[in-house]
Amino acid sequence: MTTFEQIQEIIVDQLDKEESEVQMDTNFRDELEADSLDLFQIINDIEDEFDIKIESEEGLNTVKDLVDYVEKQKEAK
Amino acid sequence: MKTFGVTIHSTGKYVPDNSVYNETLTQWMDTSDEWIRKRTGIKKRYLSKGEDTSDLCIKASLDALNKRRIDISQIGLVIVATMTPDSQSPSVSSKVQAALKANNAMAFDLSAACSGFVYGLSAAEKMLRHMDHPYALVIGGEVMSKTLDWNDRKTSVLFGDGAGAVILKKESGAESFIAEDLHTDGEKGHALVSGEQAVRNPLCEMNVKDGFLVMDGRAIFNFVTKSIPKSIEQVLKKGSADIIDVDYFLLHQANARIIEIVSKKLDRPLSKFLMNIENYGNTSAASLPILLDESIENGTIKLNSGQTIVLSAFGGGLTWGTLLIKI
Repeated sequence: MTTFEQIQEIIVDQLDKEESEVQMDTNFRDELEADSLDLFQIINDIEDEFDIKIESEEGLNTVKDLVDYVEKQKEAK
Repeated sequence: MKTFGVTIHSTGKYVPDNSVYNETLTQWMDTSDEWIRKRTGIKKRYLSKGEDTSDLCIKASLDALNKRRIDISQIGLVIVATMTPDSQSPSVSSKVQAALKANNAMAFDLSAACSGFVYGLSAAEKMLRHMDHPYALVIGGEVMSKTLDWNDRKTSVLFGDGAGAVILKKESGAESFIAEDLHTDGEKGHALVSGEQAVRNPLCEMNVKDGFLVMDGRAIFNFVTKSIPKSIEQVLKKGSADIIDVDYFLLHQANARIIEIVSKKLDRPLSKFLMNIENYGNTSAASLPILLDESIENGTIKLNSGQTIVLSAFGGGLTWGTLLIKI
Protein backbone atom coordinates (compact mmCIF):
# COMPACT_ATOMS: atom_id res chain seq x y z
CA MET A 1 0.00 0.00 0.00
CA THR A 2 1.25 3.48 -0.79
CA THR A 3 1.22 6.25 1.79
CA PHE A 4 -1.69 7.81 -0.11
CA GLU A 5 -3.69 4.58 0.01
CA GLN A 6 -3.09 4.17 3.74
CA ILE A 7 -4.16 7.76 4.44
CA GLN A 8 -7.11 7.42 2.08
CA GLU A 9 -8.26 4.35 4.02
CA ILE A 10 -8.03 6.23 7.36
CA ILE A 11 -10.03 9.18 6.02
CA VAL A 12 -12.65 6.94 4.39
CA ASP A 13 -13.07 5.10 7.69
CA GLN A 14 -13.17 8.18 9.92
CA LEU A 15 -15.42 10.35 7.78
CA ASP A 16 -17.55 7.54 6.40
CA LYS A 17 -16.85 8.52 2.76
CA GLU A 18 -16.32 6.62 -0.49
CA GLU A 19 -12.75 6.09 -1.73
CA SER A 20 -13.61 8.05 -4.88
CA GLU A 21 -14.36 11.11 -2.74
CA VAL A 22 -10.89 11.07 -1.15
CA GLN A 23 -8.26 11.99 -3.74
CA MET A 24 -4.85 13.72 -3.53
CA ASP A 25 -6.26 17.21 -4.15
CA THR A 26 -9.31 16.78 -1.89
CA ASN A 27 -9.61 19.49 0.75
CA PHE A 28 -10.96 17.65 3.77
CA ARG A 29 -12.25 20.76 5.55
CA ASP A 30 -14.15 22.25 2.58
CA GLU A 31 -14.99 19.22 0.43
CA LEU A 32 -15.37 16.51 3.07
CA GLU A 33 -16.76 18.88 5.73
CA ALA A 34 -14.30 17.59 8.33
CA ASP A 35 -14.26 19.71 11.49
CA SER A 36 -11.48 20.04 14.05
CA LEU A 37 -12.42 16.87 15.96
CA ASP A 38 -12.56 14.84 12.73
CA LEU A 39 -9.11 16.14 11.90
CA PHE A 40 -7.78 15.25 15.38
CA GLN A 41 -8.99 11.68 14.86
CA ILE A 42 -7.48 11.42 11.40
CA ILE A 43 -4.17 12.78 12.71
CA ASN A 44 -4.32 10.36 15.66
CA ASP A 45 -4.83 7.41 13.34
CA ILE A 46 -2.05 8.56 11.01
CA GLU A 47 0.31 8.95 14.00
CA ASP A 48 -0.47 5.38 15.11
CA GLU A 49 -0.34 3.90 11.61
CA PHE A 50 3.03 5.44 10.65
CA ASP A 51 4.49 5.75 14.17
CA ILE A 52 5.20 9.46 13.69
CA LYS A 53 4.26 12.66 15.54
CA ILE A 54 2.25 15.43 13.87
CA GLU A 55 2.87 18.47 16.08
CA SER A 56 0.30 20.81 14.57
CA GLU A 57 -2.65 20.56 12.23
CA GLU A 58 -1.89 24.07 10.91
CA GLY A 59 -1.36 24.09 7.15
CA LEU A 60 -2.83 20.61 6.69
CA ASN A 61 -5.77 21.16 4.37
CA THR A 62 -5.64 18.59 1.59
CA VAL A 63 -4.93 14.88 1.40
CA LYS A 64 -1.69 15.78 -0.40
CA ASP A 65 -0.62 17.93 2.58
CA LEU A 66 -0.97 14.85 4.82
CA VAL A 67 0.81 12.53 2.38
CA ASP A 68 3.72 15.00 1.98
CA TYR A 69 3.98 15.46 5.75
CA VAL A 70 4.06 11.70 6.37
CA GLU A 71 6.58 11.10 3.55
CA LYS A 72 8.89 13.78 4.99
CA GLN A 73 8.65 12.27 8.49
CA LYS A 74 9.35 8.79 7.14
CA GLU A 75 12.45 10.06 5.30
CA ALA A 76 13.70 11.78 8.47
CA LYS A 77 13.42 8.56 10.48
CA MET B 1 -13.91 -10.21 62.61
CA LYS B 2 -16.90 -9.01 60.64
CA THR B 3 -16.04 -7.68 57.20
CA PHE B 4 -17.96 -4.80 55.75
CA GLY B 5 -18.62 -3.81 52.17
CA VAL B 6 -19.47 -0.37 50.84
CA THR B 7 -22.52 0.29 48.68
CA ILE B 8 -24.15 3.21 46.89
CA HIS B 9 -27.13 4.01 49.11
CA SER B 10 -28.68 7.12 47.56
CA THR B 11 -28.03 9.80 44.94
CA GLY B 12 -29.15 13.36 44.32
CA LYS B 13 -28.51 16.36 42.13
CA TYR B 14 -29.15 20.06 41.80
CA VAL B 15 -28.67 22.55 38.98
CA PRO B 16 -29.34 26.30 39.02
CA ASP B 17 -32.87 27.20 37.92
CA ASN B 18 -31.60 28.91 34.80
CA SER B 19 -31.08 26.98 31.59
CA VAL B 20 -29.15 28.71 28.82
CA TYR B 21 -29.67 27.40 25.27
CA ASN B 22 -27.04 27.71 22.55
CA GLU B 23 -29.21 30.37 20.88
CA THR B 24 -28.76 32.61 23.92
CA LEU B 25 -24.97 32.26 23.66
CA THR B 26 -25.15 33.64 20.11
CA GLN B 27 -26.25 36.93 21.69
CA TRP B 28 -23.12 36.96 23.84
CA MET B 29 -20.51 35.81 21.30
CA ASP B 30 -19.96 34.87 17.67
CA THR B 31 -21.11 31.24 17.68
CA SER B 32 -24.05 29.18 16.46
CA ASP B 33 -26.34 26.45 17.75
CA GLU B 34 -25.30 24.18 14.85
CA TRP B 35 -21.56 24.69 15.48
CA ILE B 36 -21.90 23.83 19.17
CA ARG B 37 -24.26 20.87 18.69
CA LYS B 38 -22.23 19.28 15.86
CA ARG B 39 -18.91 19.45 17.73
CA THR B 40 -20.05 18.75 21.27
CA GLY B 41 -23.63 17.45 21.38
CA ILE B 42 -24.59 20.29 23.76
CA LYS B 43 -27.96 22.06 23.36
CA LYS B 44 -28.18 23.84 26.68
CA ARG B 45 -26.50 24.17 30.05
CA TYR B 46 -27.49 25.59 33.44
CA LEU B 47 -25.64 28.71 34.58
CA SER B 48 -25.64 30.19 38.05
CA LYS B 49 -27.21 33.59 38.62
CA GLY B 50 -25.25 33.94 41.85
CA GLU B 51 -25.46 30.62 43.66
CA ASP B 52 -21.95 29.41 44.46
CA THR B 53 -20.56 25.88 44.48
CA SER B 54 -21.48 25.26 48.13
CA ASP B 55 -25.12 26.25 47.47
CA LEU B 56 -25.35 23.71 44.65
CA CYS B 57 -23.61 21.01 46.71
CA ILE B 58 -25.88 21.53 49.73
CA LYS B 59 -29.01 21.22 47.58
CA ALA B 60 -27.72 18.12 45.77
CA SER B 61 -26.93 16.55 49.16
CA LEU B 62 -30.40 17.33 50.50
CA ASP B 63 -31.88 15.69 47.39
CA ALA B 64 -29.88 12.52 48.11
CA LEU B 65 -30.75 12.61 51.83
CA ASN B 66 -34.45 13.14 51.17
CA LYS B 67 -34.67 9.96 49.07
CA ARG B 68 -33.44 7.66 51.84
CA ARG B 69 -34.06 8.58 55.42
CA ILE B 70 -30.75 8.35 57.27
CA ASP B 71 -29.58 9.65 60.60
CA ILE B 72 -27.37 12.67 59.80
CA SER B 73 -25.29 12.00 62.92
CA GLN B 74 -24.20 8.72 61.30
CA ILE B 75 -22.35 10.48 58.46
CA GLY B 76 -18.62 10.26 59.18
CA LEU B 77 -17.20 11.82 56.03
CA VAL B 78 -18.04 14.56 53.53
CA ILE B 79 -15.90 14.93 50.41
CA VAL B 80 -16.58 17.61 47.80
CA ALA B 81 -14.79 17.18 44.48
CA THR B 82 -14.50 20.58 42.84
CA MET B 83 -12.20 22.80 40.82
CA THR B 84 -14.35 25.87 41.49
CA PRO B 85 -14.65 26.17 45.30
CA ASP B 86 -16.28 29.24 46.86
CA SER B 87 -12.95 29.82 48.63
CA GLN B 88 -9.80 27.93 49.57
CA SER B 89 -10.90 28.20 53.20
CA PRO B 90 -13.37 27.29 54.41
CA SER B 91 -13.69 24.37 52.04
CA VAL B 92 -16.97 23.73 50.23
CA SER B 93 -17.27 20.48 52.16
CA SER B 94 -17.05 22.38 55.48
CA LYS B 95 -19.98 24.54 54.36
CA VAL B 96 -21.95 21.43 53.36
CA GLN B 97 -21.14 19.79 56.70
CA ALA B 98 -22.42 22.88 58.53
CA ALA B 99 -25.59 23.23 56.46
CA LEU B 100 -26.51 19.57 56.95
CA LYS B 101 -25.53 19.68 60.64
CA ALA B 102 -23.44 16.56 59.97
CA ASN B 103 -21.54 17.25 63.17
CA ASN B 104 -19.79 13.88 63.34
CA ALA B 105 -18.35 14.11 59.84
CA MET B 106 -14.83 15.12 58.87
CA ALA B 107 -14.95 17.16 55.66
CA PHE B 108 -12.49 18.12 52.96
CA ASP B 109 -12.41 19.16 49.31
CA LEU B 110 -10.67 17.11 46.67
CA SER B 111 -9.07 18.71 43.64
CA ALA B 112 -8.83 16.47 40.58
CA ALA B 113 -10.77 18.58 38.06
CA CYS B 114 -13.25 16.57 35.98
CA SER B 115 -11.98 13.28 37.46
CA GLY B 116 -12.74 14.56 40.97
CA PHE B 117 -15.89 12.54 41.57
CA VAL B 118 -14.27 9.23 40.60
CA TYR B 119 -11.25 10.07 42.76
CA GLY B 120 -13.64 11.10 45.56
CA LEU B 121 -15.60 7.84 45.45
CA SER B 122 -12.36 5.88 45.44
CA ALA B 123 -11.03 7.75 48.48
CA ALA B 124 -14.34 7.67 50.37
CA GLU B 125 -15.04 3.95 50.00
CA LYS B 126 -11.60 3.15 51.39
CA MET B 127 -11.81 5.61 54.27
CA LEU B 128 -15.33 4.55 55.18
CA ARG B 129 -14.22 0.95 55.77
CA HIS B 130 -12.00 2.21 58.62
CA MET B 131 -14.39 4.73 60.14
CA ASP B 132 -16.75 4.48 63.10
CA HIS B 133 -19.76 5.85 61.22
CA PRO B 134 -21.57 3.97 58.44
CA TYR B 135 -22.23 6.76 55.94
CA ALA B 136 -20.09 8.96 53.67
CA LEU B 137 -21.29 11.75 51.43
CA VAL B 138 -19.40 12.30 48.17
CA ILE B 139 -20.33 15.32 46.08
CA GLY B 140 -19.13 16.65 42.73
CA GLY B 141 -20.06 20.31 42.42
CA GLU B 142 -18.99 23.12 40.14
CA VAL B 143 -19.79 26.66 39.15
CA MET B 144 -17.67 26.41 36.03
CA SER B 145 -19.14 29.64 34.65
CA LYS B 146 -17.03 31.69 37.08
CA THR B 147 -13.75 30.29 35.75
CA LEU B 148 -14.61 30.73 32.06
CA ASP B 149 -13.34 33.50 29.81
CA TRP B 150 -16.64 34.58 28.26
CA ASN B 151 -14.69 36.20 25.41
CA ASP B 152 -13.28 32.78 24.45
CA ARG B 153 -15.96 31.06 22.39
CA LYS B 154 -13.94 27.85 22.12
CA THR B 155 -14.18 27.06 25.84
CA SER B 156 -17.09 29.06 27.26
CA VAL B 157 -19.75 27.21 25.24
CA LEU B 158 -18.62 23.83 26.60
CA PHE B 159 -19.30 24.06 30.31
CA GLY B 160 -22.22 24.24 32.72
CA ASP B 161 -22.88 24.55 36.46
CA GLY B 162 -24.36 21.88 38.75
CA ALA B 163 -23.82 19.37 41.52
CA GLY B 164 -24.45 15.69 42.15
CA ALA B 165 -24.21 13.75 45.41
CA VAL B 166 -23.87 10.11 46.41
CA ILE B 167 -24.32 8.61 49.87
CA LEU B 168 -22.15 5.57 50.51
CA LYS B 169 -23.10 3.06 53.18
CA LYS B 170 -20.90 0.59 54.99
CA GLU B 171 -22.75 -2.68 55.49
CA SER B 172 -22.05 -6.36 55.84
CA GLY B 173 -22.79 -8.77 53.05
CA ALA B 174 -22.81 -6.27 50.19
CA GLU B 175 -20.16 -4.63 48.02
CA SER B 176 -20.44 -2.12 45.17
CA PHE B 177 -16.77 -1.39 44.54
CA ILE B 178 -15.24 -4.19 42.48
CA ALA B 179 -12.13 -2.67 40.88
CA GLU B 180 -10.51 0.64 40.03
CA ASP B 181 -7.92 2.08 37.69
CA LEU B 182 -6.76 5.60 38.55
CA HIS B 183 -3.99 7.65 36.95
CA THR B 184 -2.30 11.06 36.80
CA ASP B 185 0.07 12.41 34.16
CA GLY B 186 1.35 15.66 35.65
CA GLU B 187 3.79 16.20 32.79
CA LYS B 188 0.83 17.06 30.55
CA GLY B 189 -0.83 19.27 33.17
CA HIS B 190 -0.38 22.42 31.09
CA ALA B 191 -3.02 21.13 28.63
CA LEU B 192 -5.77 22.30 30.98
CA VAL B 193 -5.14 25.17 33.37
CA SER B 194 -7.70 26.97 35.53
CA GLY B 195 -7.70 29.22 38.61
CA GLU B 196 -4.01 30.17 38.50
CA GLN B 197 -2.99 32.46 41.36
CA ALA B 198 0.08 34.68 41.12
CA VAL B 199 2.57 35.07 43.97
CA ARG B 200 2.02 38.48 45.57
CA ASN B 201 3.85 39.44 48.74
CA PRO B 202 6.31 42.14 49.92
CA LEU B 203 9.15 40.24 48.21
CA CYS B 204 7.51 39.53 44.91
CA GLU B 205 4.80 41.06 42.77
CA MET B 206 4.11 38.76 39.88
CA ASN B 207 1.73 39.67 37.11
CA VAL B 208 -1.82 39.15 38.31
CA LYS B 209 -3.36 36.28 36.41
CA ASP B 210 -6.99 36.25 35.42
CA GLY B 211 -7.34 32.59 36.41
CA PHE B 212 -9.53 31.71 33.45
CA LEU B 213 -9.76 28.15 32.18
CA VAL B 214 -7.42 27.56 29.25
CA MET B 215 -7.47 24.28 27.36
CA ASP B 216 -5.41 22.70 24.58
CA GLY B 217 -8.29 20.95 22.83
CA ARG B 218 -6.23 18.61 20.68
CA ALA B 219 -3.97 17.51 23.55
CA ILE B 220 -7.01 16.73 25.72
CA PHE B 221 -8.76 14.96 22.85
CA ASN B 222 -5.71 12.77 22.17
CA PHE B 223 -5.25 11.99 25.84
CA VAL B 224 -8.88 11.00 26.35
CA THR B 225 -9.39 8.93 23.22
CA LYS B 226 -6.20 6.98 23.94
CA SER B 227 -6.36 6.66 27.74
CA ILE B 228 -10.01 6.00 28.48
CA PRO B 229 -10.58 2.86 26.37
CA LYS B 230 -7.37 1.44 27.90
CA SER B 231 -8.46 2.36 31.42
CA ILE B 232 -11.85 0.69 30.94
CA GLU B 233 -10.21 -2.48 29.60
CA GLN B 234 -7.81 -2.40 32.54
CA VAL B 235 -10.52 -2.09 35.19
CA LEU B 236 -12.47 -4.98 33.64
CA LYS B 237 -9.33 -7.10 33.70
CA LYS B 238 -8.66 -6.23 37.35
CA GLY B 239 -12.27 -7.05 38.22
CA SER B 240 -12.24 -10.29 36.17
CA ALA B 241 -15.27 -9.00 34.27
CA ASP B 242 -16.19 -9.30 30.62
CA ILE B 243 -17.06 -6.13 28.71
CA ILE B 244 -20.20 -7.89 27.46
CA ASP B 245 -21.46 -8.05 31.03
CA VAL B 246 -21.29 -4.28 31.58
CA ASP B 247 -24.85 -2.98 31.67
CA TYR B 248 -23.93 0.67 31.28
CA PHE B 249 -20.88 2.85 30.79
CA LEU B 250 -21.10 6.27 32.44
CA LEU B 251 -18.35 8.48 31.05
CA HIS B 252 -17.58 12.03 32.10
CA GLN B 253 -19.86 14.17 29.95
CA ALA B 254 -17.30 16.39 28.21
CA ASN B 255 -18.24 15.86 24.60
CA ALA B 256 -20.69 13.51 22.90
CA ARG B 257 -18.24 12.90 20.07
CA ILE B 258 -15.58 11.68 22.49
CA ILE B 259 -18.06 9.21 23.98
CA GLU B 260 -18.93 7.96 20.48
CA ILE B 261 -15.23 7.38 19.77
CA VAL B 262 -14.78 5.42 23.02
CA SER B 263 -17.84 3.31 22.20
CA LYS B 264 -16.39 2.56 18.77
CA LYS B 265 -12.93 1.75 20.13
CA LEU B 266 -14.41 -0.65 22.70
CA ASP B 267 -16.76 -2.09 20.08
CA ARG B 268 -19.81 -1.69 22.31
CA PRO B 269 -23.09 -0.11 21.14
CA LEU B 270 -23.56 3.58 21.87
CA SER B 271 -26.85 2.73 23.64
CA LYS B 272 -24.72 1.27 26.47
CA PHE B 273 -23.12 4.69 27.01
CA LEU B 274 -25.50 6.88 28.97
CA MET B 275 -25.49 10.53 27.96
CA ASN B 276 -27.08 13.75 29.14
CA ILE B 277 -24.52 16.26 27.92
CA GLU B 278 -27.08 17.83 25.58
CA ASN B 279 -28.93 19.24 28.60
CA TYR B 280 -26.07 20.09 30.97
CA GLY B 281 -22.85 20.74 29.04
CA ASN B 282 -19.62 19.73 30.75
CA THR B 283 -20.16 20.17 34.49
CA SER B 284 -16.68 18.84 35.36
CA ALA B 285 -16.70 16.89 38.65
CA ALA B 286 -20.51 17.13 38.78
CA SER B 287 -21.12 15.37 35.49
CA LEU B 288 -20.98 11.75 36.65
CA PRO B 289 -23.08 12.08 39.83
CA ILE B 290 -25.69 14.11 37.90
CA LEU B 291 -25.79 11.43 35.17
CA LEU B 292 -25.93 8.64 37.75
CA ASP B 293 -28.79 10.28 39.64
CA GLU B 294 -30.72 11.03 36.45
CA SER B 295 -30.27 7.42 35.25
CA ILE B 296 -31.58 6.12 38.58
CA GLU B 297 -34.50 8.59 38.49
CA ASN B 298 -35.55 7.46 35.00
CA GLY B 299 -35.21 3.78 35.91
CA THR B 300 -32.31 2.91 33.60
CA ILE B 301 -30.09 2.12 36.57
CA LYS B 302 -31.60 0.50 39.65
CA LEU B 303 -29.99 0.62 43.09
CA ASN B 304 -29.48 -2.81 44.71
CA SER B 305 -30.11 -4.52 41.37
CA GLY B 306 -26.60 -5.95 40.90
CA GLN B 307 -26.22 -4.15 37.54
CA THR B 308 -22.62 -3.81 36.41
CA ILE B 309 -21.66 -0.19 35.85
CA VAL B 310 -18.45 1.42 34.64
CA LEU B 311 -17.79 4.98 35.81
CA SER B 312 -14.96 6.68 33.93
CA ALA B 313 -13.74 10.26 34.11
CA PHE B 314 -10.88 12.34 32.75
CA GLY B 315 -9.70 15.91 33.07
CA GLY B 316 -7.16 18.46 34.21
CA GLY B 317 -4.04 17.30 36.00
CA LEU B 318 -4.07 15.43 33.77
CA THR B 319 -6.10 12.92 35.74
CA TRP B 320 -8.24 9.99 34.73
CA GLY B 321 -9.80 6.99 36.34
CA THR B 322 -12.35 4.22 36.02
CA LEU B 323 -14.39 2.36 38.64
CA LEU B 324 -16.12 -0.97 38.15
CA ILE B 325 -19.26 -1.01 40.26
CA LYS B 326 -22.01 -3.49 41.10
CA ILE B 327 -24.80 -1.14 41.93
